Amino acid sequence: MRTLYYLKNGESLELDSLHCTGCGACVDVCPHAVLVIGERAACDDEDDTPSSDEVARIVNRAACMECGACAKNCPVRAIKVESGVGCAQAIILGKLRGTAPDCDCAGGKSGSCC
Amino acid sequence: MKFTALQKKEERPLAGYKRFEAPGPAYIEDYLEVKDRQIPVIGTRLGFMDRLGAVKMRWGFGRSGYRVLPGVYAVGHPVPDSPVLVSANYKLSFDALRRELSGIAAWILVIDTKGVNVWCAAGKGSFGTAELASKLARTRLADLLSHRKLVLPQLAATGVSAPELAKGARFQAIWGPVMAKDLPAFLAAGMQKDKEMRLVPFGLRDRMAVAPVEFTQAAPFFGAALALSCLYALPGDAQWFGRFLGILGFSWGAILAACFAFPALLPVLPFRAFALKGALLGTAWGLCASALLGAPLLGAAGLALASAATVAFLAMGFTGASTFTSQRGATLEVERGLPWMLGALALALGLGLGSRLFGI
Ligand code: SF4
Ligand code: SF4
Repeated sequence: MRTLYYLKNGESLELDSLHCTGCGACVDVCPHAVLVIGERAACDDEDDTPSSDEVARIVNRAACMECGACAKNCPVRAIKVESGVGCAQAIILGKLRGTAPDCDCAGGKSGSCC
Repeated sequence: MKFTALQKKEERPLAGYKRFEAPGPAYIEDYLEVKDRQIPVIGTRLGFMDRLGAVKMRWGFGRSGYRVLPGVYAVGHPVPDSPVLVSANYKLSFDALRRELSGIAAWILVIDTKGVNVWCAAGKGSFGTAELASKLARTRLADLLSHRKLVLPQLAATGVSAPELAKGARFQAIWGPVMAKDLPAFLAAGMQKDKEMRLVPFGLRDRMAVAPVEFTQAAPFFGAALALSCLYALPGDAQWFGRFLGILGFSWGAILAACFAFPALLPVLPFRAFALKGALLGTAWGLCASALLGAPLLGAAGLALASAATVAFLAMGFTGASTFTSQRGATLEVERGLPWMLGALALALGLGLGSRLFGI
C-alpha cells in the first residue's frame, strides 16, 4: 500500500539517540513505520557515552502522524513529540468552545480495527 | 454525597463473576466455572443481529448504548496459561475481535472505553493505563492466570504506557497487531508481528468503509442546500421548479462528491492539505455541473466557487476519519482554510445573485 503523507507530519518528533537503549518498543507501537532499529551513527560528542550501539532511528518522518504512541512507550523517555488528534472537527469544536481539541466521534476511525 | 456517587460507580457489575440475568447478550454461549466464578464464554460467529447492528452503526443509527459490559470473558476453554486479549467495550471492536478467535482459547478482558473504539479511546485517554489498571484490579484477573502478560491492540499504545503498566499493575503489555484479523497468525507465531501487522491500512476499502459516517454527518449540509436552492430558484414562476431541481442537483452533487468521491480519490488528488484536495475536486464538479446546467459565465464562476468551498470544508472534516493526519497539520489547515472557504462562499453567493439578476 502506498504511504499517504500529510501537512507538518512528524515535524515535532525528536529522538534522543544518546539515551536510547535500542529496546524497540517505539518501533513496535508505531502504526506508520516511522522508526527502525539500526546502528548508531558516529557520535560527535566524545564525552557522552551512548547507552547502546543499536538505537532507534527516524527513517520516514513525513509519515509520522504525531500520535504519541512511541513517546508514551519509551521506557527511558528518549522520544518527544507534540501529540494530539488530527481531526479538523475536533479542532473547530475546540476553538468554538475554547477548549483543547477533543473528538466526539464514536465510530469513524478504525471501525474495523480491533 | 460524593462518596455515594463514587460507591455507586464502584458497584457497577462486571462480567466474569456472576451469570448475566437471562436471556443475556446473544454472544454469550456458555459459562466457564472457575474458582466459584462464572466466566461468560463468548461465541466467535457473528449473528444476523450483530451484522445488522454493525450496519446501523456505520450509518449512524443507535450509536450510543451499543456497548459490551466490561469484565472478563472467555473464548474456547482457556486455562491459566492461556493468553489474555484486551478489548474496548465498543461492540464493533468486540465483534471484530471475537469473530477472529474460532479455535483459539483465550481470556478476554473488556475495559470501559465508554463505547468508543480502540484508537479514538486511546487518543482520548479512556483506553488508558489507569482504566486498564483499575479493571485488572477489579476483575482480579491475575487470580485466573499463571502469567502476567496482556495482549493489547497496538493502536491502544497512544493511551496505554507499557512501562507505567509494568510499574503500576505489574503486568507486561504485549502489543498485538493493529487489525484483529491478524491475531490468529500473531498468536500462532508465538506473539510475533511482522511489519505489515503494525501498519494501519487506509486502502480504498478502508476509506469507503468510513464514508457512510461522513455522509450521515453531512445531513445539515443537505438541509441547508435544499433551503438555499428553494430561495435561489425564486421568483416562483412556472420555471421555478426546473431551476430548483438544477441547483439542488448541483449542490447535493457537491456534497455527495465530498462524501464518496473524495475518499475514493484521496491518494491521487494532489496537495497534502485535505482542504486543497477538496477544493480541487469541488472546482472540477462545479465546472462539470455548470456545463450540464448551461450556466452563463458569472453563474458558472459562482457554482465553481461554491462547490470548491463546500467540498473543501467537508474534505477537511475527513481528517478525522483518516489514519495519518497530525493535529498540528489539521490545525494549520483549519486556521488557514476556514477564512478562504467562508470568503469563497460569500463571493459565490454574490456571483450567483449577479448572474440571476443580470443573466450573465
Ligand atoms: S508519533 Fe506515532 S506515528 Fe509518529 S513515530 Fe511515534 S508512534 Fe509513529
Ligand atoms: S523505545 Fe526508547 S529506548 Fe526503546 S528503542 Fe525506542 S527510543 Fe530507544
